[in-house]
Amino acid sequence: MSENNEKDWPLWEVFYQPKNGKPYEHAGSLHASDAENALQNARDVYARRNEGIGIWVVPSDQITASTPEDMGSFFDPASDKPYRHPQFYSVPRAVKKRS
Amino acid sequence: METQQQLDDFQARIDAGEKIEPKDWMPERYREQIIRMGSQHAHSEIVGMLPEGNWISRAPSLKRKLVLLAKVQDEAGHGLYLYSAIETLGVRRSELIDQYLYGNAKYSSIFNYPTLSYADVCVIGWLVDGAAIVNQTKLAHSSYGPYARANLRICKEESFHKKQGYEMVAKLAEGTPAQRKMVQSAVDRFWWPTLMMFGPNDSNSPNSAELLKWQVKLNTNDELRQHFVDRVVMEAEAVGLTLPDPDLKFNDETGHWEFGEIPWDEFWDVVKGNGVMNRERMKSRRKAHEDGAWVREAAQAYARKKNLSREKAS
Repeated sequence: MSENNEKDWPLWEVFYQPKNGKPYEHAGSLHASDAENALQNARDVYARRNEGIGIWVVPSDQITASTPEDMGSFFDPASDKPYRHPQFYSVPRAVKKRS
Repeated sequence: METQQQLDDFQARIDAGEKIEPKDWMPERYREQIIRMGSQHAHSEIVGMLPEGNWISRAPSLKRKLVLLAKVQDEAGHGLYLYSAIETLGVRRSELIDQYLYGNAKYSSIFNYPTLSYADVCVIGWLVDGAAIVNQTKLAHSSYGPYARANLRICKEESFHKKQGYEMVAKLAEGTPAQRKMVQSAVDRFWWPTLMMFGPNDSNSPNSAELLKWQVKLNTNDELRQHFVDRVVMEAEAVGLTLPDPDLKFNDETGHWEFGEIPWDEFWDVVKGNGVMNRERMKSRRKAHEDGAWVREAAQAYARKKNLSREKAS
């Protein structure tokens, strides 16, 4: 066997900003020995065609994520508040027509 | 233990077109199938660098050398997208690599054929990458989210691979008699192995039913193969090349090109490890991995040292 499991380089999540003014989005992940190496690898793996003008790399084990099991109860405070959407409100017909 | 209710709920999600994400409940068998199929796909991308890499130093011009370098680098990238997609299922990269280099993991048989001339590189771009696009365009809609997204990313890059190949094929086909002969010979050798890339006939494909039920893949091997043949026949005609199949004929009723019997004995022989290049490919991959061990260790040692000095300073 070539190497044991502990010898895997740490896993990093890669995010890039596609264009100026756009939010960063998740690209995928990769293995790298340290942060600098992760940035360089991210450029070579995920931005060979100018896909990004900025890159973030984050150690995967530092990400805290919601779980699918509590998806319902975690997000349901938002589901009974239609008044947070503009469609909830009616406006006089005359005004509606102009907009 | 998986209950029938869990399995039914899972199937309902699949049937509703939902994507399955890493932390979602999934049947163990689904997880195994994604790992098996996805890692085979990843290994294929990595070993796929070898037949073409063989010709980088002998590319006919600086332009073609740059193109080929970029293409081969893309293949490495594709392997990495796929490995990281598969790792979301909790399997380690080093396990996958070990199964590939020292275990019995498979990769696409097409890469066990030798590249005898530069025309082979051109024809690989046209036919092999063309076939890969047909497969991957569909896999971009696979039910497992990370695998679908990796394939989508691959597709965006793969069309350049095919186009550069077809461009060169067209150039050779209108070149000198020697060039025409060289490119026709490459087509003759790669045609049947390319059709084998789609896998065994549906009647002979043990994993297909399950993969289709779970929408890991969306079309049968034979459907994809037919789609590919219909397209390539036109492309071959357009550049005046002959596909080496006397049974190839258009069926007016179905609107499809019918083709002859694929030499399946050869396919299974290569799958079992007896292709011309099987041993050579694995030897090259193991050597590259083992020769690179010191680089991986050095990078880790450097990272450790930097961490230590940072801790000391603070």
